[in-house]
Amino acid sequence: MTQTIARKGMTRRELLARSMAAGASFVVGAGFVAGANGAWALETQALRPETMATLIQMARDIYPHDHVADEYYVIAVKGYDTPEAAPAIEAGIAGLNAAAQGRGHTDYLSIGWERDRVDILRSIEQSAFFQQIRGGLVTGLYNQKAVWPLFGYEGESYSKGGYIDRGFDDITWL
Amino acid sequence: MAAPFDHNDDSVIVVIGTGAGGGVLSNELAQRGVSVVALEAGGRYLPEDYVNDEWESFGQLAWLDPRTTSGDWRVARDFSGLPAWIVKAVGGTTTHWAGASLRFQDHEWKAATTYGPVQGANLLDWPIDAAEMAPWYDKAEKKLGVTRTNGIPGLPGCNNYKVFEAGAKALGYKEVHTGRMAINSQENDGRYACQQTGFCFQGCKWGAKWSAAYTDIPRGEATGNLEVRERAHVARILHDDSGKVTGVEYFDKDGNLQMQKARAVCVAGNSFESPRLLLNSASSMFPDGLANSSGQVGRNYMRHMTGSVYGVFDKPVKMWRGTTMAGIIQDESRHDPSRGFVGGYELETLALGLPFMAAFLDPGGWGREFTTALDSYENMAGMWIVGEDMPQETNRVTLNHDVKDQYGLPVANVHFDDHPNDIAMRNHAYARGAAVYDAVGATRTFPTPPYPSTHNLGTNRMSENPRDGVVNKWGQTHDIPNLFVSDGSQFTTGAAENPTLTIVALAIRQADHIAGELSRGNL
Repeated sequence: MTQTIARKGMTRRELLARSMAAGASFVVGAGFVAGANGAWALETQALRPETMATLIQMARDIYPHDHVADEYYVIAVKGYDTPEAAPAIEAGIAGLNAAAQGRGHTDYLSIGWERDRVDILRSIEQSAFFQQIRGGLVTGLYNQKAVWPLFGYEGESYSKGGYIDRGFDDITWL
Repeated sequence: MAAPFDHNDDSVIVVIGTGAGGGVLSNELAQRGVSVVALEAGGRYLPEDYVNDEWESFGQLAWLDPRTTSGDWRVARDFSGLPAWIVKAVGGTTTHWAGASLRFQDHEWKAATTYGPVQGANLLDWPIDAAEMAPWYDKAEKKLGVTRTNGIPGLPGCNNYKVFEAGAKALGYKEVHTGRMAINSQENDGRYACQQTGFCFQGCKWGAKWSAAYTDIPRGEATGNLEVRERAHVARILHDDSGKVTGVEYFDKDGNLQMQKARAVCVAGNSFESPRLLLNSASSMFPDGLANSSGQVGRNYMRHMTGSVYGVFDKPVKMWRGTTMAGIIQDESRHDPSRGFVGGYELETLALGLPFMAAFLDPGGWGREFTTALDSYENMAGMWIVGEDMPQETNRVTLNHDVKDQYGLPVANVHFDDHPNDIAMRNHAYARGAAVYDAVGATRTFPTPPYPSTHNLGTNRMSENPRDGVVNKWGQTHDIPNLFVSDGSQFTTGAAENPTLTIVALAIRQADHIAGELSRGNL
C-alpha cells in the first residue's frame, strides 16, 4: 500500500506544497492529512485534518510497532471520520491537546518524545474517549490481514492443506 | 411415529440444546428407539461453513446474546458482557472445543471427602464414583475416538508442543505427552486425520476433531427418531397441576412463540442458559423456578481455575501451526495440599492467532510493554492452565430483570469471585508455567489472566440429598421426575480435567437410564 486515498490529480510535490507540517510525521492541508514522507494521504470528511493527524499519532502511541507503517494506523482509525462519530472525537482530541498545553506544550502533536505523549495518555487512560480509541484499535489494527505478515502470522492454512507437510514441527533450535 | 413430530405429540422427549450433553443424549435416545425433539437456539454450521479467521468465526459461532457479569473476577472487568466463549449452533460448543478428553481422577468424584472442609467452599461428593463411571467413559472414548485409548496413537507434536515438552522434561515432569484428544491421529469413523491446520477453536474444517454437529446429530436424525429444530430458543418449561412438566414454549426462527408437548424434558443449554431457563420458568406453583426447592439452581457456578502463560524466545516457534491444544503436563493435577491449595491443575499448550493474542494477552494493556510482546509473536509459545476451582454458593447465575434479550426475557447475570484456593493454585501454576519456558531459554514470560469461560460447570449440581443440589445421580431433578439436566451444569465439583468427555459419558449413561425408565413404564 502506498496511498490510502490519493488527492485526485495531485502529485506528491503538489500535495506537500499545499500543506503544513503537523508534528514530525504528518502534513495537513485543506481537507486532507498526509504522511510527511508523502507515501499516503487521506481526505477527511467530518473531522478536521489536524484532528485526524492527532488521532493517528495517538493510535501509534497506544500500540507502537516500529516496523508497522503509519498507513495501517490510518486504516485503523479512519472509520471515525463520519458525521456521527466526529463530535466525540473532536472533543476527545481537544481534551488531549488541552492536557498537552497544561504541561507546557503547544499541542499533542508537537511533543517530540513518545514518553511525554504517553504520560498524557496515562492521565486520560480511564476516560471513555481513550477506551473507545484503544478498544477500537484491538480489532482495527490487529485484525487487518495486511498487518499479519508484519508479525510473521500466516493466517488460515486450510486452503494450503494445513501444516502437516509444511512445517508444523520444523523447530530446530531446541 | 417418525420425525418430524407434531407439536401436540406428548410422547416425545424434548432435549434443549445440542452440544456435548444434549447432542449426544439426543442421538443416544434416538438409537434406543426413543422419539426426540431437540430444540437448538443456534443455526447449523458444518465443516464447509467454518471460517479460519478468529473474529469472523467468533461472529459466526459464538453465543452473543446479552449477558451481564458481577464479582471480582477479571472477566467482569475486561469482558463485562461476555462471561463465556461458548457456541450457539447445532453441536453447541463441541464445534469450538479443543478436543482434550480426560477422565476425572478417582478422588475427584469425592472432593469433599478427599479435601476435607475448605472455608467458603461448598464442596460436596458426587453421588457417583469412578467405578460406576468407568464403563461410560469407555463408551465415550470410543465415540469420540480419543487418542491414546483403544489403540489409537497419539497426535504428532507441533512446534508449540516441542517447546513445552522440552521445558517440562528439563524440570523433571514425567507425565508429558500430546494428550488424549478427540482429534483423529489417523482416519477414523469416516473422518479425516488431523492436518495440523490450526484453528481448532473455529470449527475443524477437516472434521478431524469430534463434534456432535457432524457425528451424533446426523446419526440420530438418520434413525428417524430425532428431529432437530434449529434457531428455536426455549422461553419456558411448562408444567401441570401435579407438578410434572408437560412441554416447552419456544421462539422459532421467525420469532413466533411455539409450544411443543413432551413426555419428559432434558435441559442442556450450558451452565448459564440451563439455570436461566429453570428460573425463567417460575410459576405460581414454583415461584422460585423449576426444580429449585433446594435454592441451589444457579448456585455453585464453576469455570475452572484458568489462566495462560506465554513465553517469548530468541528464535521462532510459530505456535499457530498445528493443533491448538497440542500437549499436556499432568504432573500437577494431583491433590497435594503441601503446595498450598487443594486439588490440582493441568498444563496444556494453547495457541492464539495474532488478532486474538492482541485481545487476550493482557486485556486493556497498551504501550510498549504490550506491543513489544506482540512484536515477538512469531517467537512465542503458549500454554493454558486448567485446574479445579472451588464451588461457592455465592458464585451464581441469577436473572437480571433490568436487561432483556431479543425475546424480552431477563438475561443471565453471572457472578463470580475467585476463592483463595483458586488464587493460590493460579499463582502456583503461573510460576510453574513460566519455569517450563524459562528452562528452555525464554527471554520473557507473561502470566495472562483468564479468558471468558468455555468450561462452565455447576449451577444445577448433582447431589445425593435433595437439600444439597438440583439433580440426582441420573441428572433427574429431585423435585420433578420427568425433568432432567443433561449438561455440565450437573457437575457437583469440577475436577482438574477438561469437562467434555465427562459430559458425554454422563449423557450416554443418562440416555440408557431414560430409555430404561420408559420401557419400565416409569416415565
